[in-house]
Amino acid sequence: MSALAPLLKAYRAPILSVLVALMVVVLNLWMGTPFTVRLLAEATAYGLIALGLNIQFGYGGLFNFGVMGFVMLGGFASVFISFPRNEAFWVSDGPMLLGRALVAFLAGVLLVWGARKLPLTGLVRNVAIVLAWIVAYIAYRTQIDPAAAYIEATTGWVGGLGLYPVLGWLFGGLLAGVVAFFVGKIALGLRTDYLAIATIGISEIIRALIKNMDWLTRGTQTVSPVPWPTPLPQQLQAWGYTITDSFIYGRLAFLAMSGALLVIAFFLVHRAYRGPWGRMMRAIRDNFIASGSMGKNVKSRQVEIFVFGSALMGIGGAILVSFNQILDPSGYQPINHTFLIWVMVILGGAGNNLGVLLGALMIYIVFIVSDPVAQFVLLNLSGFTEQIGWGAIPEIDSRSLQMRVFVVGLVIWLTLRFAPRGLLPEVVRRDA
Amino acid sequence: MPIIEVKDVVGGYGGAPILNGVNIAIEQSDIGVIVGPNGAGKSTTLKAIFGLLKITGGSVVFDGEEITNALPDRLVPRGLSFVPQEKNVFTTMSVEENLEMGAFIRRDDISGTLEEIYTMFPVLKEKRRQPAGELSGGQRQMVAMGRALMSKPKLLMLDEPSAGLSPRYVLEIFEHIVTVNKAGVGILMVEQNARQALAFASRGFVLAQGKNRFTGTGPELIADPEVAKSFLGG
Amino acid sequence: MDELVFFINRGVISGLITGCVYALGGVGITLIFGTMRFAHFAHGDMMTMGAFISFLIAGALSAMGVVLPIPLAFAIMPISMALTAVAALGIERSFYAPLRDRGAKPVTMLIASIGVTLMIQGLIRLIFGSGTRDFFGGTEVKEIFRIPTTMFGGTRPIVLTEPQVLMFIATAIAVIGVHLFLSRSRLGKAMRAMADNADLAQVSGINTKMVITVTWLLGGALASMAGTMLSLDVNLRPDLAFNIILPIVAAAVVGGLGSAYGAIVGGLLIGFTEALAVFNWTAVLRPLQPYLPFDLPANLAVVPTEYKITVAFVILVVTLLVRPTGIFKGAST
Repeated sequence: MSALAPLLKAYRAPILSVLVALMVVVLNLWMGTPFTVRLLAEATAYGLIALGLNIQFGYGGLFNFGVMGFVMLGGFASVFISFPRNEAFWVSDGPMLLGRALVAFLAGVLLVWGARKLPLTGLVRNVAIVLAWIVAYIAYRTQIDPAAAYIEATTGWVGGLGLYPVLGWLFGGLLAGVVAFFVGKIALGLRTDYLAIATIGISEIIRALIKNMDWLTRGTQTVSPVPWPTPLPQQLQAWGYTITDSFIYGRLAFLAMSGALLVIAFFLVHRAYRGPWGRMMRAIRDNFIASGSMGKNVKSRQVEIFVFGSALMGIGGAILVSFNQILDPSGYQPINHTFLIWVMVILGGAGNNLGVLLGALMIYIVFIVSDPVAQFVLLNLSGFTEQIGWGAIPEIDSRSLQMRVFVVGLVIWLTLRFAPRGLLPEVVRRDA
Repeated sequence: MPIIEVKDVVGGYGGAPILNGVNIAIEQSDIGVIVGPNGAGKSTTLKAIFGLLKITGGSVVFDGEEITNALPDRLVPRGLSFVPQEKNVFTTMSVEENLEMGAFIRRDDISGTLEEIYTMFPVLKEKRRQPAGELSGGQRQMVAMGRALMSKPKLLMLDEPSAGLSPRYVLEIFEHIVTVNKAGVGILMVEQNARQALAFASRGFVLAQGKNRFTGTGPELIADPEVAKSFLGG
Repeated sequence: MDELVFFINRGVISGLITGCVYALGGVGITLIFGTMRFAHFAHGDMMTMGAFISFLIAGALSAMGVVLPIPLAFAIMPISMALTAVAALGIERSFYAPLRDRGAKPVTMLIASIGVTLMIQGLIRLIFGSGTRDFFGGTEVKEIFRIPTTMFGGTRPIVLTEPQVLMFIATAIAVIGVHLFLSRSRLGKAMRAMADNADLAQVSGINTKMVITVTWLLGGALASMAGTMLSLDVNLRPDLAFNIILPIVAAAVVGGLGSAYGAIVGGLLIGFTEALAVFNWTAVLRPLQPYLPFDLPANLAVVPTEYKITVAFVILVVTLLVRPTGIFKGAST
């Protein structure tokens, strides 16, 4: 055993890769190919999101507990770009009302910006800024509220733009990145735990917005079917494929597309990490005080990291919505879309891109499989309790779904306790 | 029998050892002063005795019992007290609460000891309800000493008690230290004001590079031309 | 006059209640931060756990036919508090202490507390399902007090439910209790000492392990109280965690991390601000309608109810940017 240890250590990455591949093979035998391809397609999206968090946490040491928010933004972007146009909206008064709201919004931004630039100091300045905020807020609300009410009453919602879905993915990245820029500007000066709680807050706010802005996102009424960038299985069936084959090949085509995006992102991120940019980031993370001598530069570097990472999260979120063809704001949970990603990153090895990708695939499989496994266990347990006269366990389906929550929590703790640097720890090259 | 005996202690913060064989022995009636250049391991010696860093070699015997690597919650009840150099008062707590915290390990009535401390530092009685963070540097030092004395120690260790004080206060603090010693508490302190401190030290230890260089009574060390030349600035 | 009554019923009372809950939760967060220097993200789920423990005991007693003049869950709250306190200590011993003993940084503890929050959440939902429950679903009736305002010229009464009244009393007792504990008792002072300067507390011979133990017991007990009261007032929801953790942490930060008094003030402040932000001002402003140049909309709230969570968030961020040490100058590191 002890003779094996150094070997295990040296070949960690290949061994782990083979293990994960074995998991996929077993899954394929157990659940069938359509299921496995589906899981892989979703896993590529999660892989992108995990890479995004790895940039932020692994490279930059930033605590983003609001991954869900950026994933949701991506999902919305995907719908907005790719969903067919709602022609009724475009011929109604809606665009005009929204235009006025936009003008009010921009005027408000200008007002606040102006108040900050006024040559005032001290209390007067603060009062002026607060007043500007209030006026801007009221102005915006007086325009957006009637516009929203009108659209919801007449045409339901804005609809999409009917463009190619991949554009939606990229727009998802852009939107998440832009939001992250402003969030970062405000929040990145904060200490670790404050940043964590602030990002939780931001993601909850984004969730509340997407859930309640019915005029823009249809809210809880959900939007579907969101189109695919590749032919849908139904399309393949129309072309004469059997049902099983149509799912396999249709999903494979999607997988090829999202996988290609993942590969590109992986290599770009990897190159950046090894380059001077990555070295600087690690310097900031490992020795915050020493690199503090770089002055304000640190914060703008961190904003960069935050924006890049969040953009990847947005792209991943957009792909997820595309693949599942539905935007359901109620389906977003911090557990599925924030902390699951955290487990992927810390178990895989924060700072190690390959580790994070393998971690993402592995954890996603565990996450998905823990539901049927828990169902199986509960069903047996239920049979047992029935036998001894305690009655059956009710609602096994929804309960076993909750098992995932527990498993994710447990894996977080086990990782911190027994492998705090992850399965594939970061390799720090001293090649400067 | 010496109240404390430090024998060939080696230790540090995990990396290369900072202490490479320190030897110290003083009686309870002594005032022991450790002097030496920056980085000689003076403060580190006190922290090592007090269990705040790992001793990897040698031993510490206090009051006849081996205490190598024992933690403060074991040492304080045995009669060892320590006044750190910085952040040595609870700034948000009142002066009196600071003193009470020094007596945390005691379950008996502490009002007598409290009165003794107030007699020694009358200014503290005046400010007993005031947060310690609002006091001047000298007064804080008194609170810190008072806190450490509340556990009725046999040996009081002080890390640079005069650091950052104006010359008037330095003298006052030294006088208080002598008073405490006369009341039967052994003193082991680290000082930058080497000449001043050695003047009233019954035992002096000159450390350099984590080792003893000279040992003797205070006046002996001051009189030693080599000590004076290398460590007391001529 | 009726406008004022409406304001009291919908604004003041509701603010006071959420304020009480936030204050009790915030005290736990702030004490844990004070002694262990990490933000305990599992506190929201600890509250939920406490509420479910109360629910279980009350349900069992109710099934045994026990009827009391006050809600059962309230009567058994001390038991539930004790149990939750022990559970909190169990969590500390099995999950946090092993990490700390290995020298884990506060940052690692923060992630660990996320792991713990998910485990509690998963277990609660596994056992109780994910549906909403009501303490008053069974035979118990929520008693309602109507205080007439006719003597002041009002036509509508001020409405208070029995749990609300009990909640104010219980919170007041808890706050006074915490105050006496921290300012009079030896252990309470030691807790403050550790929050102030953990190294010096150790040097003074303070038994830091015991202080940590007491911190968890106290935090757990208060969490159970907050959780039970919240679910008595509204209902019992298993998915409270991430919605409530933000205002609670905000309460602790606004008050100054490490300062229990700060957390109480912060909690009330955030509770009130939230209630007033989602309060429909039209009802109060209606008498002024003839003098206003515009029609009052049917619903004039500063923030729509759906976006209530933004209120705590905005207060938190503004505090962090303007005065990071909070009102009571807590620990800034």
